[in-house]
Amino acid sequence: MNTLTTLRISAVIAAAALTLTGCAAAAEPAPTPPATSEHDGHGASGDTHGGHNTAANADAEASTVVTISDAWFKAAESGMSGAFGVFTNAGDQPITIVSASSPVAHMVELHETAENAGGEMEMREVTGGFTIPAGGTYVLEPGADHLMFMGLTEPLLAGAIVEVTVTFDDGTVLTFEAPVKDYAGANENYESEK
Amino acid sequence: MNDPGTRKASAGRAGATRRQFLLGGAVAGVGAAAAIGLDAMLGRSDEPAAGGGAGGGADGAAGTTASSAGPVAALHGGNTVPFYGVHQAGIATVPQAHATFVALDLREGVDRAALTRMMRLLSDDAARLTQGVPALADSEPELALAPARLTVTFGFGPGFVARAGGPAPSWLAPLPPFTIDRLQPEFSDGDLLLQIAADDPLTVSHTARMLLKDTRTFTTVRWVQRGFRRAVGSEPAGTTMRNLFGQVDGTVNVQPGTPEFDSVVWESASGAAGAWMAGGTSAVVRRIHMNLDTWDHLDRPGREQSVGRTLATGAPLTGVHEHDEPDFEAKTAIGFPVIPEFSHIRRARSDNPAEQIFRRSYNYDDAPVGAEIADAGLVFVSFQADVDTQFTPMQRRLDELDLLNTWTTPVGSAVFAIPPGCAKGGFVGDTLLA
Repeated sequence: MNTLTTLRISAVIAAAALTLTGCAAAAEPAPTPPATSEHDGHGASGDTHGGHNTAANADAEASTVVTISDAWFKAAESGMSGAFGVFTNAGDQPITIVSASSPVAHMVELHETAENAGGEMEMREVTGGFTIPAGGTYVLEPGADHLMFMGLTEPLLAGAIVEVTVTFDDGTVLTFEAPVKDYAGANENYESEK
Repeated sequence: MNDPGTRKASAGRAGATRRQFLLGGAVAGVGAAAAIGLDAMLGRSDEPAAGGGAGGGADGAAGTTASSAGPVAALHGGNTVPFYGVHQAGIATVPQAHATFVALDLREGVDRAALTRMMRLLSDDAARLTQGVPALADSEPELALAPARLTVTFGFGPGFVARAGGPAPSWLAPLPPFTIDRLQPEFSDGDLLLQIAADDPLTVSHTARMLLKDTRTFTTVRWVQRGFRRAVGSEPAGTTMRNLFGQVDGTVNVQPGTPEFDSVVWESASGAAGAWMAGGTSAVVRRIHMNLDTWDHLDRPGREQSVGRTLATGAPLTGVHEHDEPDFEAKTAIGFPVIPEFSHIRRARSDNPAEQIFRRSYNYDDAPVGAEIADAGLVFVSFQADVDTQFTPMQRRLDELDLLNTWTTPVGSAVFAIPPGCAKGGFVGDTLLA
């Protein structure tokens, strides 16, 4: 148990380290072993439906080597919301998420948070997708990169489970479910609101 | 009380005084007796530990003499208690040093589906936080990295079970009124109980905050009670706690891991509480105000008579060691019972073996108001399979007569059904809601 706990804490710290330096670090090869699923099946969160995490090789389809953990949505009555989580690429080639969709939104965009010309942080659609480095992770979190849900088709109620599908650059997809949580943050400006 | 000069001055007398105290049952001088208790609790023994292991650490593993630099303490922040299991954690778990009890009221319109969503969220939070992993959407994830034996235990009040449309155990209701009660609504009842306990108060605080962020669309806070015991490492694990009257409190308690504990605490599948409660139990949470200011009027003999145990070791007035069986038949030279009829332990004791409870209480010490110099007491917590047949008869006897009532006043009271634990992929309450 002690070893397990230590490993878990290491994984958390590894993820946190990536977080501190934001997108720049995430684009680099991860300095530590990837933060693979930190908890197996705690509730419904982060359950991967897209395939098993098998030994990777250069030919592996993206959907068979990418997993997501700690995924969650921000609760919202209507309009927009965001989804967050940690993608892990067990393969030996970088993999890029190029698009996403969900039954609860008319449109899902891949967003980054960046400084605009006026020096303010704002969210905008990312160009080139989210690239998960080989053997590394890509963190989506409030105040940084995230999946942006626009035109919600139903209220996202706290505790509800929502399905998301991401498409990789090789055309394969990963579908996962994540819980909705009340969250007071993730309120940054949107470029479109200007 | 912590004056090293006092300790040094009394050390030479401690041996003789202690033996006299233990053997004779005579009341030793207050100063010397207090010094013994202090030495024993601190693990400072100026004499070879006398037989019986009286007190806390005199002969325990932690009984090394502390130098000015102090021993190098082992870190315990990484210690974890499993979340998943047949029973919820935080009941048979060795009591942690700190606990916060939160009672929540369900908002209007929260139905069975919403209860399910809430309990899924809370169970996921607890599953992560208890293992030292930040909750999802945890905005202070670094605070989660030292679980320090964190447990989160959920309890359902009558309102919760009604909203769930489930069959309520017959005992799931406010306790009958007792004449000694001075209950305040702000410390009574509630639809959902969170018992959050850990050996680190920062961990407890962060966990409470995280859980309440996830309950806020479903509930409002009804009351919060915070409690404490000795810090980890002050005494050997398993030492019976002391309350703020200085009494050893909780000696007669079934021991987790024994058949007696299982039968006193856990519901069976065929039990009257209903199948969804199999592996669960009930919790009685009562806030007992202890009037330290009037307790101060009472000298040591009176204090010991009121409870029927010695203050130094918690031994019954007829015994030598804490766990000695009290002899209620023993008489003084002039024919009075050694353990008075009006004493707490005499009144609490039942001839009916079914009338037992498992206590897991915490001290509280809040800011005094007005002319008081203390607002302190006990967050009394007991677990038992059936409130009506195990807890209530005992409380009735104490209500009718217990000298300790002179200085104690129940000011809060709540009863909760504690559902069983859950398996991975499940959630606490799934036997009721799923």
